[in-house]
Amino acid sequence: MLTFEYFLQQLVTGLANGMLITLVAIGYTLVYGIVEIINFAHGDVFMLGAFSSVTTLQALGAQAVKRVANKDQSPIPETYLWLLIALVTSMVFCATLNVLIERLAYRRLRRGSRMAPLISAIGVSFILQNVGIYWKGVSPVNFPRYIPQIDLVKAMGIDSFVRVTTKDVFVLIVTVPLVIALTLFIQRTKLGKAMRATAQDRDAAQLMGIDTNRTIALTFLLGGALAGAAGLVSGLYNNTAGFQMGFSYGLNSFTAAVLGGIGNLNGAMLGGVFIGILAAMSDGYLDARWTPVVIFGTLNLVLIIRPSGILGQDLAERA
Amino acid sequence: MSASASPARVIGSVVLEVTDVHTYYGNIHALQGVSISVREREIVTLLGSNGAGKSTTLKTISGLLRPRQGTVKLRGETLNNVPAHQIVRRGICQSPEGRHVFPRLSVDENLAMGAFIHNDTKQVAIDRERVLDLFPRLRERLRQKAGTLSGGEQQMLAIGRAMMGRPTVLLLDEPSMGLSPLLTDVIFDAIKEINHSGVTVVVVEQNAQLALSIADRGYVMQTGRIVLTDTADSLVKNEMVRKAYLGEE
Repeated sequence: MLTFEYFLQQLVTGLANGMLITLVAIGYTLVYGIVEIINFAHGDVFMLGAFSSVTTLQALGAQAVKRVANKDQSPIPETYLWLLIALVTSMVFCATLNVLIERLAYRRLRRGSRMAPLISAIGVSFILQNVGIYWKGVSPVNFPRYIPQIDLVKAMGIDSFVRVTTKDVFVLIVTVPLVIALTLFIQRTKLGKAMRATAQDRDAAQLMGIDTNRTIALTFLLGGALAGAAGLVSGLYNNTAGFQMGFSYGLNSFTAAVLGGIGNLNGAMLGGVFIGILAAMSDGYLDARWTPVVIFGTLNLVLIIRPSGILGQDLAERA
Repeated sequence: MSASASPARVIGSVVLEVTDVHTYYGNIHALQGVSISVREREIVTLLGSNGAGKSTTLKTISGLLRPRQGTVKLRGETLNNVPAHQIVRRGICQSPEGRHVFPRLSVDENLAMGAFIHNDTKQVAIDRERVLDLFPRLRERLRQKAGTLSGGEQQMLAIGRAMMGRPTVLLLDEPSMGLSPLLTDVIFDAIKEINHSGVTVVVVEQNAQLALSIADRGYVMQTGRIVLTDTADSLVKNEMVRKAYLGEE
């Protein structure tokens, strides 16, 4: 029974991490879908989102931090408001940043060689990492402990080895509605359809009167906003943020997007949750040091069998 | 919108004027001084072999390509510096060569994209009904992904989608390409009907016979230049046209 409970425990951790990976993976996949650029700077946008959240939260509520740290678990109503402010701030900050990156580093290179925007993306990634170092230093910063870690399973009076904490629930409460809202926007609204039309055939989209520069900017805006949300949530979940987190999270998220089928929104969700759970299982049953091997080994295997990813369209289908 | 019920067509004043246009693809001088004028409610056809510059001419009019020299004017207003997505709002809609429907959007969503520039939901619904009356086949396929349609159905969708933009000038690039004679007839009947409803049509065609059968006037292009222009009736009788494009010895 204990082994099954252990499995469930890893599943919970994997799911929460998987949803964070999904939020970042969506940014990769949306951008690739519309301009066929791997935005290598995306992970670093996420990192700066976490940094901006630290700054906002520290500025807003040093008091709340103290009370949680003092094991005073009584609910502090203002905390929710501050979290909401930090969430919105981080989303707006990262959305703006991502739109600026597109405008300055990619737009002019769009018609040129395919390598040019790729190199430019790597350059932007380095720039953002250095901005991160300049902002918060090289060593990881502690994230304010806003979310108390209460085991909800125990709180419900069930005696179990499995812990589902308020933190796990917090991750899902923020990420799931965002993913649903994004999906509805892209599937149902006129602008969402215009984004899909632009991704499928840019010239034809222009002939419909769609300003494709604007739909592309909108895509970067949405991807950036989700990365900003992920920055805050991951910081609160892991209690830490560092300038290199963009690289590690970015790599996992990019892998998730490719695994699911890059350019495909459902693929990013599937890939994100899958990678999250896979990593948690590898951490739990093998060793955390084996986890990258497991992740990339799986990626290789999937790509050998299905080169366009699990839900990716075949080239013939896309043409 | 029925052809039989509409009054005799009255050709109006010049609506589209292309003057001495030079367009390049990189270093390739694709259009070398093309001049075309189209009058209201006319059907004008551009004929010529592959690579003559017919499609390039249409793309230059719709703004996908920019002329390096010369002007494109719609009702006297220069379009040279108007971006493609704004030219649609001025009333020029195009059904591109190779159809270019959005393959992973449904037929209905494709039509909705055709009406992207319009926000008056009621009129858009009326336009949609008109297009579906014009091409009843599309009505049966509304929820289907456009990429799964047959070539003929995709052509209907491409023209229907362009009609959703409420064009004053409709540009059609190779509407018969790859279609059976039967489907080609359906498409060309629809083009006539669209024209009878008051829309000016510029049609590029490989099938010169067919194009001249519905057109008022035609231009013959060779290597980026207009080499001949006349009424459709005279072009059908023209020696050079007969030899080069109507397959007669």
